[in-house]
Amino acid sequence: MASVHFLPGLTPTNTAPVQKSDDAAGFYVLGDKLVDPKAPTGPIAERWTTRKFENRLVNPANRRKLNIIIVGTGLAGGAAAATLGEAGYNVKVFCYQDSPRRAHSIAAQGGINAAKNYKEDGDSTYRLFYDTVKGGDYRARESNVYRLAEESANIIDQCVAQGVPFAREYGGLLDNRSFGGVQVSRTFYARGQTGQQLLLGAYQALERQVAEGTVEQFTRHEMLEVVVADGKARGIIARDMVTGAIETHIADVVVLATGGYGNVFYLSTNAMGSNVTASWRAHRKGAYMANPCYTQIHPTCIPVTGDHQSKLTLMSESLRNDGRVWVPKKAEDCEKDPRDIPEEDRDYFLERIYPAFGNLVPRDIASRAAKYMCDEGRGVGPTVREVGPNGEERQVRRGVYLDLTDAIRRLGRDKVEEKYDNLLDMYARITGENPYEVPMRIYPAVHYVMGGLWVDYELQSSIPGLFVTGEANFSDHGANRLGASALMQGLADGYFVLPNTIRDYLADGPFEAIDESHPAVVEALESVQERIDKFLSINGSRSVESFHKELGTIMWEYCGMERTKEGLIRAIGLIRDLKKEFWSNVRVLGSGESLNQDLEKAGRVADFIELGELMCIDALNRRESCGGHFRGESQTEDGEALRHDDEFAYVAAWEWGGDDGAPVLHKEDLIYTAIEMKQRSYK
Amino acid sequence: MKLTLKIWRQENASAAGAMHTYELDGVSQDMSFLEMLDLLNEQLVTSGQEPVAFDSDCREGICGTCSLMINGEAHGPEVTTTCQLHMRSFTDGETITIEPWRADPFPVLKDLVVDRSAFDRIIQSGGYISANTGSAPEANSVPAPRDKAMRAFNAATCIGCGACVAACPNGSASLFMGAKITALGELPQGQPERYSRVVDMVAQHDAEGFGGCTNIGECTNACPKEIPLDVISQLNKDLRTAIAQGR
Ligand SMILES: Cc1cc2nc3c(=O)[nH]c(=O)nc-3n(C[C@H](O)[C@H](O)[C@H](O)COP(=O)(O)OP(=O)(O)OC[C@H]3O[C@@H](n4cnc5c(N)ncnc54)[C@H](O)[C@@H]3O)c2cc1C
Ligand code: SF4
Ligand code: FES
Repeated sequence: MASVHFLPGLTPTNTAPVQKSDDAAGFYVLGDKLVDPKAPTGPIAERWTTRKFENRLVNPANRRKLNIIIVGTGLAGGAAAATLGEAGYNVKVFCYQDSPRRAHSIAAQGGINAAKNYKEDGDSTYRLFYDTVKGGDYRARESNVYRLAEESANIIDQCVAQGVPFAREYGGLLDNRSFGGVQVSRTFYARGQTGQQLLLGAYQALERQVAEGTVEQFTRHEMLEVVVADGKARGIIARDMVTGAIETHIADVVVLATGGYGNVFYLSTNAMGSNVTASWRAHRKGAYMANPCYTQIHPTCIPVTGDHQSKLTLMSESLRNDGRVWVPKKAEDCEKDPRDIPEEDRDYFLERIYPAFGNLVPRDIASRAAKYMCDEGRGVGPTVREVGPNGEERQVRRGVYLDLTDAIRRLGRDKVEEKYDNLLDMYARITGENPYEVPMRIYPAVHYVMGGLWVDYELQSSIPGLFVTGEANFSDHGANRLGASALMQGLADGYFVLPNTIRDYLADGPFEAIDESHPAVVEALESVQERIDKFLSINGSRSVESFHKELGTIMWEYCGMERTKEGLIRAIGLIRDLKKEFWSNVRVLGSGESLNQDLEKAGRVADFIELGELMCIDALNRRESCGGHFRGESQTEDGEALRHDDEFAYVAAWEWGGDDGAPVLHKEDLIYTAIEMKQRSYK
Repeated sequence: MKLTLKIWRQENASAAGAMHTYELDGVSQDMSFLEMLDLLNEQLVTSGQEPVAFDSDCREGICGTCSLMINGEAHGPEVTTTCQLHMRSFTDGETITIEPWRADPFPVLKDLVVDRSAFDRIIQSGGYISANTGSAPEANSVPAPRDKAMRAFNAATCIGCGACVAACPNGSASLFMGAKITALGELPQGQPERYSRVVDMVAQHDAEGFGGCTNIGECTNACPKEIPLDVISQLNKDLRTAIAQGR
């Protein structure tokens, strides 16, 4: 108890956890407890306001002298770059795409939450805060989440002012819908393309600053290393992906807004280029990686059809409002045309197991149930090759039916078309099947990562001067993320939080000038060059892609929807072997001095392999089930997720232990003062 | 399926390019066009040849990164993006010609990859609403009529892929530009800068070397987001008004 930092003057609602189990013994070293040194105190509703006031200011004349590097132009990075540019700082912004407008945020479909209470249905900042902490299975920090809820309303104002065409009612006012099992209507949306419209708003604000000269934009540039000089982040090493030139960029502060790492699983709903390199390079330089094993799996994606598949496509969850999910009762029916399977031979398994919620159970529960059906041999669709728990190959059908037949009968085809038209077109295009006639097939897929670089309340990582925003940080979602809350976090961080916290850090600047001769720069440059030379010189026999696929298979099988001690230990062994083989047998052709997509991929896959190992160790240590992390050993009698707040109500922040060492685990206790922990139940 | 692929290979921006022919077997109907190229690349790498460079990211039709001329058509035979085009649109034994976008303002960087940064510069010239962070009024204090908001939204769905330019015999970017001008011009927030916006954007468009619009309509036929031709009429109308106002 003594080691816990209770906030002065506040009464905690829980006690500090004491871990009894030690499944990951031998795979890690226990480090000191971690406290968020910037954690605010006082009543929750006043914490952010007080902090904004207390943080020091930088006068406009001095801002021009301060240089900020932002890596990433998604909602988090684009919004931050535009805002800091407007404020008068010198900003350099980087992305690997050919234009900032193509950042992965563009793909978000459903919507963005905000506590505007436009429907007068009882919404409030506190309710959004409450829902988000509960949705995250009490593994998020309460002060951060409250701030997020507070800023949510400002985001909508900002985006509307920029011309984001949100859906409107006939009177011209903004429309809302409800989303993700929440009981109030607080989701703002622009048809199924909310992310695109929000990103274009931020992108346009950013381009305006580029024209003003406050922001310099580097597209088709990949950050490959962070420069840490005299204990502070002072710049990055980036590769011009067209010419291959390795460039040094120095600044007073570095911001990573580089998105999530779901592609560690190879197949996911993420864009092809989404990667962990920026975060992982920073991790190796001293930034802690928090809760890396927390992965959100989305139940309604279009299933895999074969080995050729490069990515998975999300189908909005709203389909579960009208569609019924089923598989055949008998395995021998799985090959049949579903229309020939009579009603009595169908197993509507969600309705059977969860009569209260039926097809509308939360994402993690629906996902797991579908997996179990397929594991039992009752999946539908094409058979795909897989590596099973004992390493043996097997052929399995990975799909369950999402059937709109009843809805079409009840509502009429026109109504269904009106509601889901875009989605159903997309489905038809990808699968070549007509969803109005044949039941659709769906399967869970990796969608979002709640883990990321550890940051304090001010979004600063464990490396001074290195800030992390958006999906790349760990802070706001806990073990699970509710729908429509990632966009909210990206924009809150970018427009409102970071610009207010970074100024306190910059008030100490400008920092001592360094140039390319500084040993830290030389070291970073050399290591980047060596790595590239190494990739090009191995000249083995396997493609980069094949390594990525193999890693993905291991991660999905053992660190996917359900994890067990045995499986995770096995996975760590397999990943270590894969890493060895990668560094001795990968084949990367072409040169470093030109556009070379295989070389780009090689660097990303090498980092994914190391991250994958850490994810498995993190999952192994956390012997509890919470949110997107389901440990087979920790379930209730009827198979539901069982959390252990007394042991695991902490953030697991991992420190790089060196190439030959074990990672060091720092625990940050999650102490709540404004909210009480409760178990979830959906039966 | 078995295919013959004729693909444009070009080492870098200044090198001369040429068509190369590859035979590819084992293509499944379920593959997207890009997955078919992935398969080719996997085989090229295993046999020690450099893979074909092409751009893609989201692979779900929304980011606008992928861009290929397939048998002379931007994004191929269907009204969609290349990543959403599937091999079931082709037949066994077919010969498919694959080239990069063709337009002077989109120089080839390597193989099938082109530089579309001219689009960013057009946006920089005025394709935004000046709204500094923190100075926004309450969102519902400015109602926007639903029909106008709908038209704005439809125009705003442009993904900036550049198919319109690639398809246009004049190499004009008028559909792209018209989409942005219409999206912003239909909303109350877009009014203060409406006329300076159109003048500045058109000037940048011309400076980049895009051609003029002669209403041929190939752009809208090729556009994966079905941006209608009337956004170009809107562009011209706003430009005329701006000139009449002496801007
Ligand atoms: C299909 C889909 C649908 C979704 N729908 C919703 C939804 O409806 N609502 C919701 O709230 N959330 C949704 N999400 C989640 C949400 O879209 C993302 O979490 C969010 O957009 C992440 O934003 P970001 O700014 O953190 O990162 P990103 O948008 O991923 O941006 C990352 C940026 O970093 C750059 N970058 C990365 N690495 C490097 C490097 N090494 N060097 C240089 N640049 C680099 C990239 O170029 C890019 O600019 C969805 C996600 C998916 C996949
Ligand atoms: S108008 Fe259509 S074709 Fe042109 S860039 Fe936009 S989406 Fe692409
Ligand atoms: S890859 Fe994004 S639109 Fe094709």
